[in-house]
Amino acid sequence: MANTEKDAPALGPLGMLRWAWTQLTKMSTAMFLLLMLAVAAVPGSVYPQRIQDPTRVTDYIETHPTWGPIADKLQLFDVFSSFWFAAIYLLLFISLIGCVLPRAKKHWESMRKPPARTPKRLDRLPVHRTLTFPTEESGLSPQQAMEDARAILKKRGYRVDIRTEHGFTSVAAERGYLREIGNILFHTAMIGVLIGVAVGALFGYKGQKILVEGDTHVNSLISYDSFTPGTNYNPDWLEPYSVTLDKFTVEYDRQEDSPSYGDDISYAADLTFTDSKGKDQKQTLKVNEPVRVQGSNLYLSGNGYAPIIKVEDGEGNVAFEGPVVGLPTGDPNYTSSIVLKIPDSSPDQLGFVGMFLPTGDYAATKAPVSIDAAPLNPTLVLQSYYGDLGLDDGTPQNVYVLDTATLNPLNTMAMGNGIVLTEEANQAELPGNRGTITFEGYKRYVGLDVQYDPGQGLVLVSALLVFGGLIISLFVPRRRVWVTAQETQIDGTKAIEVEYGLLARGEDPRLVLEADKLTDIFADRWGLEFGED
Amino acid sequence: MTSEINTTLAQWSELFMYLAAITYTVAFLAFAWDVAANSRATLKAENEAELEPEKELVGAGAPAKARASVKNINSVRVSSTEQGTGARGMGYKKSAEAKLAGHVADSSMRWGTSTERRPAARVAVVVLAIGAVIHLAAVLSRGIAAHRVPWGNMYEFCTTGALIVTAVYLITLIFRDVRFVGVLVSGLAVLMMCAATIGFPTPLGHLKPALQTYWIWIHVSIAVLASGIFTITFAMAILQLLQTKREKAILSGETPKWNFMRLVPSSQALENFSFRLNAVAFVMWTFTIIAGAIWAEKAWGRYWGWDTKEVWSFVIWVVYAAYLHARATRGWSGPRSAWLSIAGYCCILFNFGVVNVFFQGLHSYSGL
Repeated sequence: MANTEKDAPALGPLGMLRWAWTQLTKMSTAMFLLLMLAVAAVPGSVYPQRIQDPTRVTDYIETHPTWGPIADKLQLFDVFSSFWFAAIYLLLFISLIGCVLPRAKKHWESMRKPPARTPKRLDRLPVHRTLTFPTEESGLSPQQAMEDARAILKKRGYRVDIRTEHGFTSVAAERGYLREIGNILFHTAMIGVLIGVAVGALFGYKGQKILVEGDTHVNSLISYDSFTPGTNYNPDWLEPYSVTLDKFTVEYDRQEDSPSYGDDISYAADLTFTDSKGKDQKQTLKVNEPVRVQGSNLYLSGNGYAPIIKVEDGEGNVAFEGPVVGLPTGDPNYTSSIVLKIPDSSPDQLGFVGMFLPTGDYAATKAPVSIDAAPLNPTLVLQSYYGDLGLDDGTPQNVYVLDTATLNPLNTMAMGNGIVLTEEANQAELPGNRGTITFEGYKRYVGLDVQYDPGQGLVLVSALLVFGGLIISLFVPRRRVWVTAQETQIDGTKAIEVEYGLLARGEDPRLVLEADKLTDIFADRWGLEFGED
Repeated sequence: MTSEINTTLAQWSELFMYLAAITYTVAFLAFAWDVAANSRATLKAENEAELEPEKELVGAGAPAKARASVKNINSVRVSSTEQGTGARGMGYKKSAEAKLAGHVADSSMRWGTSTERRPAARVAVVVLAIGAVIHLAAVLSRGIAAHRVPWGNMYEFCTTGALIVTAVYLITLIFRDVRFVGVLVSGLAVLMMCAATIGFPTPLGHLKPALQTYWIWIHVSIAVLASGIFTITFAMAILQLLQTKREKAILSGETPKWNFMRLVPSSQALENFSFRLNAVAFVMWTFTIIAGAIWAEKAWGRYWGWDTKEVWSFVIWVVYAAYLHARATRGWSGPRSAWLSIAGYCCILFNFGVVNVFFQGLHSYSGL
């Protein structure tokens, strides 16, 4: 039997596991995984990420036909949900658990045991002191000195024990057990953060909705412009409430000499919430001030202008009337792109594309531009097209993009008959008796983000515990002190020699100060006076 | 209603900012002069020492005992010994320490351990302090002029950051003689001021709505403070690497180069000290991330979304977490931990300089 064991040096499956476990829970492996995690996160900032901006990802893949699809296969656009990123952090967390569990067990045991054994030689310790003084008058015995030391150390928060080892009696003291508890708390709470994140990803949701003044959003799947449920979230769980945007107010910097003149200073959206029982409640939504409603949170994530446009077709019927959401082009003066598709007009379907300018101005250029973010001179600049919009065959289209390639131009800037509408001149005829377009004013709209994250609370609590644990584990010193006393003589008179050594476990830059402090307290107790050297 | 911007005060602030930058430059030059002068002075001392080799040996053994806080009086005899603290902080053996004694500065970095006269360094510290006062006036007047915190764009991050670096350094100087990093710290402060005034000049304006909350006080101030401390430990890490190399040379019996490094404590002392600073800064960085997450939840509807800035804050946190663990990992203390500290700081620079300016993300507050 013994031979077979010798002949089989290969590890069994259990042995392999044990070996892997030992390797994984090594400190150097944890270090390596930590650094890997840092490196692995970097592509997440280099490549556009789907969780932030799926359009940029699509653009990237289109502009890099070779590398794009490969990068996509490598999950470079979904770094933080990629298998390799997950592999690293899961290994790291397993390593962490493998590290923390034995340490917790060990600490639990050490907390129930008396302080560590006294070393044979205290003078080998990092900090070592000896006090030698005569005891003729006081008659202090070594036993009494150690009793005093025990009491002093106990008062300073040490756990103390008097014992006889190696043939001499000593006081053993230890403090700072909290340090290791902090350390374990820090690492355990990290697991809490991970679980909280997972709960949010499984059972939360987020949705976006563009809401024009006067419109109402009913909290159901169909009403959202985009909706991303968590892996295990059922949209039927959405709380039945509705929200109406009553008014959106923007405040501008109107100080003449201010460098930020004309910039937006504050936004406020007045909302009315109606719960499932039909009860109304008014609330103001601001940036940095989300509104919490029935478990989910509403955030103000964007805003813009929606010009109200009325289109009558060639037969005099109203083919369209209402606000058209303009997408801000990123210009601080809120130049917003407008696309309007009118499939229900005759004789032809109509398409409009152009810009809404809050403050249109001709001064500098031929084409009007916006010179202020506020609606001081609302102007609508449009080109119009007729033909087949391609909506009838059911192919989904982006409502904010009009493909003009297959359409015939009616009014364009190039042809010199582009439509420019203002509050005064608010109507234009479309050539060839195809109807009229009227600019009836504008409304503001807001971009609402609705979010529900049931893991958020757990993440917050865990993060605070991480923080607390970190502070404790770094700044509560773990110290051991041993004190021993014996009779001796100074110049033939009776004296006592008190010897004490200090040892830090982990970082403790103030160990020497602690020794100084102990020296002072001992001196005080035994009536010793020091002079300057 | 938002209060009006005081444009006159804003202009004064900009002028003071330039003045502070110039003063820092003078401090930098004085620190550099100190290094150069000491290079020569130590060369001279070395030549003398070669003539009297005995003298140096005596000096070498002495400091270990002299610095211990021995208190002694007629009837009470006290003796004490101490070594480095912490499991890995023990440093060199006594014999090696004795060999290094004349070649590195006292490791306690306390004032008054060296009798060397360093007039240039004194001038440098005073000029740096004057610069800091002017700089403080500049930063405060900018904040007062706009009735808000002076950290809303790159210009303001840089100028406030430089002020924090100088302030942290000057405060450290009260407790420890760390004039040896003066060249690096004042040099970095000058660089930051140049970056602000030349690279990112931004006229004083109101904050964007997203920044108008008390969270900017909490989140950004601690982030800037942490970065300030990381700047100083970065400088120390560089010196640590140089000193390690030099110590190796000395221990193997070669004549050490870079005589000015004699003003710098041993690599072990540098490592111990920067570890303490890094630990404090790491706690602050953890706080920055948690506070940032709470703010992000309020502003953007999610506490963490892997925005580029968040990615890099995470990378920085992980690198410094690795640094803290390195001390307890066999084979990772010494130069390797210094490299981690340097890598962490490079990530901070990248996060600040490159991410703010060139990357798209929600933290695009560069004001450019």
